[in-house]
Amino acid sequence: MAHFTKATSLHDWLNQRLAVDTLRRVLATEYWIPKNINFLWAMGMVLAITFGILLISGIFLLMYYQPNVDLAFDSVNYTIMQEVGYGWLWRHVHGVAASVVFLIIYIHMFTGIYYGSYKKGREMIWLSGMLLFVAFSAEAFSGYMLPWGQMSYWAGMVITNLFAGGSLHADGLVEWIRGDYVPAQAFLNRFFMLHVLLIPLAILGLIGLHFGALRIPHVNNQDGEELDFEAEAAKYKSGDKKGSKVIAFVNDFMSKDMMVVGIYLIFFFYLVFYHYDFAMDPVNFDPADGLKTPAHIYPEWYFLWSYEILRPFSTDVGLIAFAFAQVIFFALPFLDRSPNAVPASRRGLFKYWFWAMLIDMIILTAMGKVPPEGLFSTIGLYAALTFIGLWIALPFITKFEKKV
Amino acid sequence: MKELFILAVVTVFTLLTYWLVEPFAHSQMHKHYESEGFVYKDLPALTKTGDVARGKDLVMGAGACAGCHSIEVEGMPAPMDAVTAAQSYGVNPPDLSNVGAVFDAKFLADLIKNPAHALMVEHKFDVNKGQMHPMTQFYGAGGDIDQEIADMVAYLQSIAVKQEELTPKMAFETACGRCHAMHYEKWTQIGTKPAFKKKQDSLAFDAKVLDYQDALSKYMGTLPPDLSMYIRSRGEHYIKTFVENPQNYLKGTAMPRVGVNAEAAEKVIEHLEDVGDSKRHERDAVGRNVMIFIFIFAIFAILWKKEVWKELH
Amino acid sequence: MKNSSRRGFMGKAFGAVAGVGAVASLYAMKRSWDPLPSVKAAGFTTLDMSGYKENELVTEKWRGKPIFVLKQSAEMMKKAEANPKDMERLIKIGDAYYLVCLGLCTHLGCIPGYDSGEQTFLCACHGGMYDFTGEVTKAPPPRGLDIPPFKIDGQKLVLGEEGPEYKKMLESGITLRA
Repeated sequence: MAHFTKATSLHDWLNQRLAVDTLRRVLATEYWIPKNINFLWAMGMVLAITFGILLISGIFLLMYYQPNVDLAFDSVNYTIMQEVGYGWLWRHVHGVAASVVFLIIYIHMFTGIYYGSYKKGREMIWLSGMLLFVAFSAEAFSGYMLPWGQMSYWAGMVITNLFAGGSLHADGLVEWIRGDYVPAQAFLNRFFMLHVLLIPLAILGLIGLHFGALRIPHVNNQDGEELDFEAEAAKYKSGDKKGSKVIAFVNDFMSKDMMVVGIYLIFFFYLVFYHYDFAMDPVNFDPADGLKTPAHIYPEWYFLWSYEILRPFSTDVGLIAFAFAQVIFFALPFLDRSPNAVPASRRGLFKYWFWAMLIDMIILTAMGKVPPEGLFSTIGLYAALTFIGLWIALPFITKFEKKV
Repeated sequence: MKELFILAVVTVFTLLTYWLVEPFAHSQMHKHYESEGFVYKDLPALTKTGDVARGKDLVMGAGACAGCHSIEVEGMPAPMDAVTAAQSYGVNPPDLSNVGAVFDAKFLADLIKNPAHALMVEHKFDVNKGQMHPMTQFYGAGGDIDQEIADMVAYLQSIAVKQEELTPKMAFETACGRCHAMHYEKWTQIGTKPAFKKKQDSLAFDAKVLDYQDALSKYMGTLPPDLSMYIRSRGEHYIKTFVENPQNYLKGTAMPRVGVNAEAAEKVIEHLEDVGDSKRHERDAVGRNVMIFIFIFAIFAILWKKEVWKELH
Repeated sequence: MKNSSRRGFMGKAFGAVAGVGAVASLYAMKRSWDPLPSVKAAGFTTLDMSGYKENELVTEKWRGKPIFVLKQSAEMMKKAEANPKDMERLIKIGDAYYLVCLGLCTHLGCIPGYDSGEQTFLCACHGGMYDFTGEVTKAPPPRGLDIPPFKIDGQKLVLGEEGPEYKKMLESGITLRA
C-alpha cells in the first residue's frame, strides 16, 4: 500500500491517486516532437478529430436507425433525415466524414512513405497504421450496407461474391458470410453489429497500439534527421526554445494542429452543407431491390484503385492481383532495401517510384469509376500492371540506392 | 513558403482525383440532355382562339370526356371508382378540374386529337397495328376540328385554378399522382391514406391500393416507382428533362411524356423537395451560421498558434 | 511575461470560441433526443361517446396508456349526487355522465379491475380500491384515478386537449395533470 498524506488541494488529491502531473508531463507538456515539421504532420490529429466526429454523429444515428430490411431505408431517409431534430445534420456529417477520412488517411499514408517514416525502428507504426487502414475500410464497408439502398445491396452482393474465390467456387463460404443465400436480414444485422461494436473496438485498440509504437522511435521530421531528444529537450527546458530542435506536444504542437484542424473544418463543413453528393451517392437513395441491378455499380471512391486492379484480368488472376494489392503495402518496410530514412526527394530512383505510385493510384481510382469499356479498360489494365510492376521493382531500386 | 508549395501539391492532386471520379466519370456514365424549357417544339402551335362556352358544350357533349373523366369543380363525379377504372383502362383517368393550369395548351390540344402521340407512347400503341390507347382520340364534332379542340382547351383553362392558387401538392397529384405513390406523405395512387381507427378499415384500404397497383403494373409493364426520395436519387435536372421526354433516358419505356407547362414543372419539383428534402431550408440556414462560426474558429486558432510559435522560431 | 500572458489569453480566447461550438453541438444533440413530431401528433385520441353502455367498463388507449370509460347508470348517479366530490369527477356529455380516467392505479401503476356488480374497482397488486367515479376508497393508493386532459366537442371527447371542464378539475385538485 503506497503512503498517502492529507491532500493540500484537489490537484494534490488527484496527484496522489492518479499521478496526474506525471501523466501531464509524459503525454503533453514534455512529450517532445521535432520542430522541423510541416502541416502534413497534423494529419494524425485531423484523423483523430474526424474519427471523433464519426463516433458522435454515429451515436445519434444509432438512436433512430432500424437494422431491419423493411425499415432501414425509411428509418434513415424519413425518420432521421426529416423527423429527428438535426437528424439530417448527423447524417450529412457522418456520410461526409466517412468519405473525407479516407482522403486524410491517404495523405497521412503517403506522407509516411515520402519521408521514410516506416523504416529504421518505425516499422510497427507503419504496420499498426496499415491495420488501421484495413479496419477503417471494413468499418466503411459495413456502414455503407446500413441505409439498405440499391448501392448498399449490390455492393454487398458483389464484395461478398469475391469470397467465392473464382474457380474455387466456395459458395458455401459466401453463404456463411451472408448468413443467407443473398444479402438479406441476417446480412444486414451482422454488418450492423460489426459497424457499431466490433470494428470500432478494434479501431480504438489499434489507435492505442499506433500511439504506443510512436513513443520509442519518436515522430519523424522533414529531413529524417536523427535527433538527440534528451539533449534538445534539455535545451528547451532551460529556456532556449528558439535554439532547441524540439517542441512540446502541448501547447506547441497542439496549437499548430488546431490551426490545421480549423482550416480543415472550413473545408469539411462546406462539404457537409453544400456539396455532399460525392459522399452520399444518389443511387443509394433508391431502396434496395434484389431483382434490379443499377446501370452502374461502383464502390466508394477510396476503394476504386483496388477495385480496378481486380477488373482487367480474368476471374482468378484478378482475385490474386486484388489480394496482392490488399497486403503489399504492409510489406513496404521490408521491400525497401535502402537504409536511407530521408525524404524521397533525396533518394534517387525512389523519388520517381513515389510519384509514379501516387499518379498510378489516381489513374486506377479514375478507371475504377468509369465503365470498363474501350480506352478506359486498356488504361486500367496498364495502370494495374504498373502497380504490380512498381512493387516488384521496389527492392531492386532501393538495393542500389546511394547511402545518404 | 515550402509549406504553401506542399499544400498546393496536395490540393492539386486532391482536386484532380475529385474531378476524375465525379464530374468526369459521371459524364461518361450518363448522357446529358438540355431541357427544352417545356416548349414542346415537336407539337404544332395553336392557331385558333378558343371559345369557352362552345368548349364546355363539346366537353360535356360530343367530346364524351365525362364518360371517363370526373370534373369535380363542375360537380361531375367519376363514372366509376379508381380501382375499377384502373382495371378497365390500366390507370385511373384524371379529374379534369385543374388540367388547364397544370398542362401545356399545345399538349392538351394534341392529347385530345391523338393521345398516343402527345404522350409519346406510339411505340406501345400503334394505331396501324390496331393497338388502341385507352383514351380514345377525338374525331371532331362535324366542324373545324382544330377550332373545336381549341374551344375545349379554352374551357378547361377557364375552370382551372389560377397559377397563383396551384399548390405544389396539387400540381404533383394532377401530373404524377395517378401512377406514382409517395409513401412519405401517405399518398397512394387512389389518394391520401386517411387515419383509420379500426385495423380492418386500414387493411381494406391497403387492399384496394394493391388491386389498383396490380392493374397499373399490368398496363405499364412494371409498377411506376414511389417518388418519395426521387429528388435526392435523380435530382431536379434529370427529373425535368425526363418528364419532357422519357424516351431519351429510358428508350422503349411505357412512361408517357407528362406534358406539364413550365410553372407546373417548377411546382412538381418543389413538391418533390417538400417530401424528399424537407429540411433544405434549415440546412441552408444552419450551414450559413456554421460557416461563419468555423471561419471565426479558424482565425482564433491561427492567432493562438502564432502567439505560441513566436518564441519557437 | 507580457508575451506569456498574451499567449495565455489567445489560448483562452480560442478555447472560448471552441466552447461556443461545443455548446451549439450540445443543443443540437438535445434536440435530437426530443420526441418526434409524429409521436407528439399521435398524442390526441378522439372518443365517440355515443356508443357506450351504462355500467359497462370500456378500455380505450391514449398516449399508450389505458383509459377507462364508464357510463354512469341512473342508480350510480343517485349515489354520486349525494356526494359532491364524486360529481366533480364525472364528465357530462349531452344528458349522460361518464367516468373517464387513466386505467392506472395511482399507487404503483397496475391496471385495476372493475366489478360491475359491486360497482367498484379493485387493484390486484396491493388491494387498493376505488368507487365507480374513480374516487379512492381503500388504501394504499394516495388519490383517485387520474383524469386525462380532455375537451368536449359535441358528442365527442378529445383526449390530450385541455378544455375548460378539465381546467376546472385541475384547479379544484380533483386530479393531477396526467
